[in-house]
Amino acid sequence: MSGVRVLVGTRKGAFILTSDASRKEWDVSGPHFAGWEIYHLKGSPADPNRIYASQSSGWFGQTMQRSDDGGKTWEPVGNQFAYDGTPGTHMWYDGTQHPWEFKRIWHLEPSLTDPDTVYAGAEDAALFRSTDGGQTWNELAGLREAKGHLWQPGAGGMCLHTIILDPVDPKRIFVAISAAGAFRSDDGGDTWLPINRGLRVDYELPDKASDVGHCVHNIAMHPSRPNTLFMQKHWDVMRTDNSGDSWEEVSGNLPSDFGFPIAVHAHEPETIYVVPIKSDSEHFPPDGKLRVYRSRSGGHEWEALTNGLPQSDCYVNILRDAMAVDKLDQCGIYFGTTGGQVYASSDAGDSWRAIVRDLPAVASIEVQTL
Amino acid sequence: MIRVELPAHLRTLAKSGKMVELEVEGTATQRAVLDALEATYPMLRGTIRDHVTQKRRPFVRFYACQEDLSHESPDAPLPDAVASGVEPFLIVGAIAGG
Repeated sequence: MSGVRVLVGTRKGAFILTSDASRKEWDVSGPHFAGWEIYHLKGSPADPNRIYASQSSGWFGQTMQRSDDGGKTWEPVGNQFAYDGTPGTHMWYDGTQHPWEFKRIWHLEPSLTDPDTVYAGAEDAALFRSTDGGQTWNELAGLREAKGHLWQPGAGGMCLHTIILDPVDPKRIFVAISAAGAFRSDDGGDTWLPINRGLRVDYELPDKASDVGHCVHNIAMHPSRPNTLFMQKHWDVMRTDNSGDSWEEVSGNLPSDFGFPIAVHAHEPETIYVVPIKSDSEHFPPDGKLRVYRSRSGGHEWEALTNGLPQSDCYVNILRDAMAVDKLDQCGIYFGTTGGQVYASSDAGDSWRAIVRDLPAVASIEVQTL
Repeated sequence: MIRVELPAHLRTLAKSGKMVELEVEGTATQRAVLDALEATYPMLRGTIRDHVTQKRRPFVRFYACQEDLSHESPDAPLPDAVASGVEPFLIVGAIAGG
């Protein structure tokens, strides 16, 4: 492995940060698609030069871009995301039914094996798939059969923001939706089950045993343990060791268990990272201190990582898709803030520095280890 | 030859200049102009009008000859000065945001 490419989606364009394996000097390329919102961009594990980018605008809607040369040049691909059949309705804020309306793509997940196959998570929540390099998209409509009529938007919209492809079982897919919950397919996306048993809903749902309606913020998996998932929920950090059949809380000694992203160390499947945020009404770090918390025991016991991070007067947020890891021998961790900083650690979180600090608000971070 | 002026973000997307020139068959209407524009620049499909309903997106406006044509029928003939290429058909991103 010779280097790292960090793909940064922001409110006003995409940026690509590259470094050799030392991760000391960084080259910043961008803005790509200047002025457009880039919710997410991600490279194909099967062909790192193939990168997909979700480009959107409140004026001009959703477009999609593809690069075949590692982000040097881009070509627009298909942007028609049509819900399958009659779209139907979901629950609206006032409890009435509301038609499904496409707004944007939040997350792209390229296939682990085929560069031309890529999944896209939409708002209003749905899962789309392209098998022709992004030119055409088809909905995997079975997902919305999983009680979609009861799904309700969160404050950020009813978005499908997390897609995890099982590296061992190619038929298994996990997704998460705000504020509907987590779902699993065991048949390649045809049919889906809610997997939300054990999620606490003290203040969120009138029916504590509800299958759906859970405000999941992000889920992460280590590829060597595909039955174990870690979840940052609206409140609570959770884990499952049975592919989501049941969840247990592992928030332990976190100063706040509210937050957005969660990540797993590239080589230690029980080492996980979160960034605690004060609360759902105050979206910034507790006490103005930007602290990543690391657990080396898969949860419950957490340590604050502060070396190189601002420890006073810091009131940024870290969004759900804005943390990722590289796969170099000494695992690197990266996260982006709504203040435009991208912080990186090349020693598994022991020390940090801003590798770029004045970008537009960061929506997403993905890392390619080259 | 009809001249169409694109807003900045769509120029970037289409990799075009500010003004594009289009041949339009038959009567020059909004629909005919947008059909010709999207045929030449397929990446603009869905960015000016909805893929399916073909309705203008809410924050996109159409102007020509000092007139706001946004609420005109898509099948109404455009002004002669647009049809003859003297005046451009302007596609504008609405001033909205804050």
